[in-house]
Amino acid sequence: MGGIPPAVPRTIGSHTPEWIEAVATRIGAVLAALLIGAGFLAATGHDAWTAYRAMAVGAAGSSFAVEQTLIKAIPLMLTGLGVALAFTMGLWNIGAEGQLTVGALAASWLALQGPALPHPAMIAGLIVLGIAGGAAWALIPAALKAFAGMSEIISTLMLNYVALLWVDYLVFGAWADPTAFSFPYSRPFPESARFPILFGAVHFGLILALSAAIALAVTLRATPWGYEIRTIGASPAAARYAGMPVGRNILLVMATSGALAGLAGVGEVSGVIHRIQQGLSPGYGFTAIIVAWVARLQPWAIVIVAILFAALLNGGFVIQTTGVPAAIAYMIQALILFLVLGSEYLLRRIRHRRATAAAMRAALATSP
Amino acid sequence: MTTGQLIALLAAAVTAGTPLVFAGIGELVAERSGVLNLGVEGMMLVGAVSGFAVAAVTHDPWMAVIAAAGAGGLIATAHALLAVTLGAEQVTSGLSLALFGAGLSAFLGKPFIGIPNPVPFRAVPVPGLSAVPVLGPILFRQDSLVYLSYGVVIVAWWWIYRTRPGLHLRATGEDAATADAMGIRVGLVRYASVVVGGGLAGVAGGYLSLAYTPAWTENMTGGLGWIAIALVIFSTWNPLRLLGGAYLFGAVDALGFRVQLLGVETSSILLRMLPYLFTLAVLFVITVLQRQARMPGALTRPYFREE
Repeated sequence: MGGIPPAVPRTIGSHTPEWIEAVATRIGAVLAALLIGAGFLAATGHDAWTAYRAMAVGAAGSSFAVEQTLIKAIPLMLTGLGVALAFTMGLWNIGAEGQLTVGALAASWLALQGPALPHPAMIAGLIVLGIAGGAAWALIPAALKAFAGMSEIISTLMLNYVALLWVDYLVFGAWADPTAFSFPYSRPFPESARFPILFGAVHFGLILALSAAIALAVTLRATPWGYEIRTIGASPAAARYAGMPVGRNILLVMATSGALAGLAGVGEVSGVIHRIQQGLSPGYGFTAIIVAWVARLQPWAIVIVAILFAALLNGGFVIQTTGVPAAIAYMIQALILFLVLGSEYLLRRIRHRRATAAAMRAALATSP
Repeated sequence: MTTGQLIALLAAAVTAGTPLVFAGIGELVAERSGVLNLGVEGMMLVGAVSGFAVAAVTHDPWMAVIAAAGAGGLIATAHALLAVTLGAEQVTSGLSLALFGAGLSAFLGKPFIGIPNPVPFRAVPVPGLSAVPVLGPILFRQDSLVYLSYGVVIVAWWWIYRTRPGLHLRATGEDAATADAMGIRVGLVRYASVVVGGGLAGVAGGYLSLAYTPAWTENMTGGLGWIAIALVIFSTWNPLRLLGGAYLFGAVDALGFRVQLLGVETSSILLRMLPYLFTLAVLFVITVLQRQARMPGALTRPYFREE
């Protein structure tokens, strides 16, 4: 082991620019995942071609379809940006689903129980409360990690279940719609608590999500805080040695990550369903993890991948009516992540082996 | 609480803890070889749906258990491929398996929603042992899968601490390079451990759909796979301690159901938060006590001979 030099950087020995390789890998992964999905469809007695065509039409075949896809892309962008920020610092926030939920709960409290504010003030209040709710929920595992050294993987995940049960508790109890007979939702929000519509059915949340993407891109690339986050992510020990406040950044980054998810929750209750209900999110916070990784944690790429994954999700909902389970979309999404990871590490192994072999040959050639 | 109620509660704790025993032992074996597999929840779900489907079609409960184990083991190979062969980052790989399992099980399970299990496992008192005071009704008036779980724990303990392959397993998980130098086939040991772990997670899921619930519903594991991962940390990678931990969690779960029967005025929804909050509390205590320091030395570290 000792005499062999470390692996050469990935650009050496390969003439393909890195971004082309990354894009090619992802296109390949999407196609391969669709192919495997087709295999599952065929094996369960569905016609894969018909199903995929129906999904494509349902996701992008009409202006209604495009609007529905964009509506689903909003929470995916926001939660995707949130978890990507945490992942950039090496924090495994897999609690975006819960943070989204608590953000939605906090906003719903204002809309349902709070004072009757005029429209702009009410919207501002919903956004502030949603951000605060998501941030607060993320601060629980963040504090446990920063002050006690407790791993955030399980804690963020456990808090998802607690948050979802909290919604159940309220919509079956104190917040239940008195006119709906034990249906799991609250009464509808007042008009003043509904997000403005941009076009069609697409709400104001799209502007919030795109602004968040720009803000995050600028923060990570062009601010000292962004530099700290990336340094800690690359090597916490080196960052500590350089005097960077790791503990404080755990709190700040997790709170920001949770705030973005909380904002996604506000968008859902205030922009889409106009009430709070059980099954508020079809797993946006989990899909966000895949979106973030497939986008290599890059904010602008998250916007694109979120739209593609929203299309897949929307297509999945549409084909339910033809008897194909909507879960096909979730399966394909997880397969894409799996294949992206697989191809990236495969390429890395091949390069590493080549470099090691070349170094060995060089060492043997010069040895007496 | 009367003695009778306490015994009933403890018996319910054993039943509720059984899926955690299977899944926890599976994860423990994988981690002992140096591979963290966060896909437990997904492997359990695939096991649950596969077991249920085979039970519904063949009406053979044991074929169903074998199918659950096979399905769990099969999708675990995906994680082994990424984590062992390609040296991928294990957290991301495990997460993708968890998400894939959730999607796949929901896809495959659609036709089985709302169908009762034609051949559920029911309690089979063990002759003689079930008559033992206190322990008899708690441990020996359970279904056959619970008895199987006792066997799994004993075999796992004996295998890990008392056999040569078990020594190889521990060596691989502590220091793969040294194990390799000793002539142990590191890759093979890790593949086998991940697949066995997946098989046990599959049985854990099968326990839910074949004995505990017994029906198939989407995402029926409700976080048990993640609790099983937390339990492995709690157990300090010791199968016997894992058994105790699983029953402790089972007791918390069972208590949630019974508090209301005891006449305490509480919301059943809030009580369902208990296992998750309890997991957080337990992990916090373990972290503060620094018990996790005893984890396998090579956990999450890929191994390649030429590096």
